[in-house]
Amino acid sequence: MAAAESPKKFFSLRFDPLLRAFLMAPLAIALVGSCQSAPAGKAAIDLPDPVHSGPVKLPPAQLGLPPDPIHGQKEETKGFPVPKPPLSKEYWPCSDCHNESQPPNRTRRELKDDHTNIKLHHDEANRWCLDCHDAENRDALHLASGVTITFDESYRLCGQCHGTQYRDWKSGIHGKRTGMWNGEKQYLLCVHCHNPHSPHFKPLKPEAPPVRPQSIR
Amino acid sequence: MLTENTEIDSSSAPSGEVAETPEQKLSMSRRNFMKHSAIVAGAATAAACSTEELEKFTQKRLRELSQPELQALIKRMEADYKKKFKKDVDVRATPAAEGVKFGYALDLSRCVGCRRCVHACVKENNQSRPTPEGPHNNPIQWIKVLEMEKDKGIDLTEANAYYNPEEVPREGHFYMPVQCQQCENPPCVKVCPVQATWKEPDGIVVIDYEWCIGCRYCMVACPYGARRFNWAEPNLPADQVNTNTHILGNRPRPKGVVEKCTFCIQRTRAGRYPACVEICPVGARKFGNLLDPKSEIRAVLESKRVFILKEDLNTQPKFFYFFGI
Repeated sequence: MAAAESPKKFFSLRFDPLLRAFLMAPLAIALVGSCQSAPAGKAAIDLPDPVHSGPVKLPPAQLGLPPDPIHGQKEETKGFPVPKPPLSKEYWPCSDCHNESQPPNRTRRELKDDHTNIKLHHDEANRWCLDCHDAENRDALHLASGVTITFDESYRLCGQCHGTQYRDWKSGIHGKRTGMWNGEKQYLLCVHCHNPHSPHFKPLKPEAPPVRPQSIR
Repeated sequence: MLTENTEIDSSSAPSGEVAETPEQKLSMSRRNFMKHSAIVAGAATAAACSTEELEKFTQKRLRELSQPELQALIKRMEADYKKKFKKDVDVRATPAAEGVKFGYALDLSRCVGCRRCVHACVKENNQSRPTPEGPHNNPIQWIKVLEMEKDKGIDLTEANAYYNPEEVPREGHFYMPVQCQQCENPPCVKVCPVQATWKEPDGIVVIDYEWCIGCRYCMVACPYGARRFNWAEPNLPADQVNTNTHILGNRPRPKGVVEKCTFCIQRTRAGRYPACVEICPVGARKFGNLLDPKSEIRAVLESKRVFILKEDLNTQPKFFYFFGI
């Protein structure tokens, strides 16, 4: 049950370009993958976003490589149609409490007064709230480069570390899309399935098993 | 006794010729009787049958219907469903679109075996439900989720479809949902003695429920066990009927016909994702047009190592499995 030969054969009959793209995919993936690493922590200067910006990513044409088969020639960085981020009404907007009356405390500490329900299990040894949440604009997030982004674009933040998942999410392999297969669709955000503070997927109760044939009447 | 019989026989022998005449008369009258009764019975049936029933009896196969005939049939079906379920059931016959070949991919490294897809499919596709009073009538599910051990790999003989732990995924196990693989070279279609099942231009293998004779050859021929039979009158409570139906898909079925997954033909021919794709809580299910280079299914085929089930049988499924991680 390793890689199947048949679909390849099947497609090679009809989609010769596809087969070529298939063979070139590892090269292109390596190219994109090399551009998607980001250090943790907030950068002091406003560097261009290393994940998405043009200068870091060389256009494939310059390297003599075929266009990236997954993304096409242009890699979009924003504007994916996403449903509303799952922000709890109780706490949103953050600036209701985090305003002038509460100047940001940048000391790394365990939260004891509020947000005690949040237990960080997401590389907690190396990061805490303000690595992702912006201290100045409390209703926004920020990338490692310091660029602030809205919660609608949180995939950019996640994609800084989880490059392969981000790449797959953009091409529709990772995550879930709903709507029309040939038209308007919604891309669920990372946080619709993964709790950003504890992203490991939680076990589920399975639905009822099928009835054994012998008990069917 | 024997002697008596022979005596009787021998005694009747001389009058044999005389006795033949009433027999002949009898046989003549029987023939006449049969002739007349056949005419009378035929006339009586025709008189007793409404035109609707006659139409049903002389119904042509779906593929041979002209547009007006098809519309008339749909109207008749909708009227029947209205009578049966006391609600308007919308039966459509949306044809396959040009330049579309549906494909499906399932990420085995994400599937957790929660069976949300199985039950969403039952609701969407009007499958027979278990009867509420105890033992089950004939519940039908088109998707079967197999639990297998990671140590053993994909081993269909040791797979368990009846797992029911408190929580999934179970340690050391992985899950493989199996449903109709929509083969390019479908064995089920080859064996059907009445051509009641065929492959549509967009690749979906469908069944004409009116034409199916219930011989179940297709179920035997299918290497994936994807087809289900309505052994009893399907138990479909009126309040649970999905009224958005397709004539080749999820319209309520009669007893005695075979049914199976149609990639939610009523949804996908209208541009929507299948119900199992939309319900999957882990996003393991991918669907799209194989002929569209920008579709998700093409992205999977181009960048992941996919495999198909029972490749050696040359069924050429359009249902691909892959390990996304």
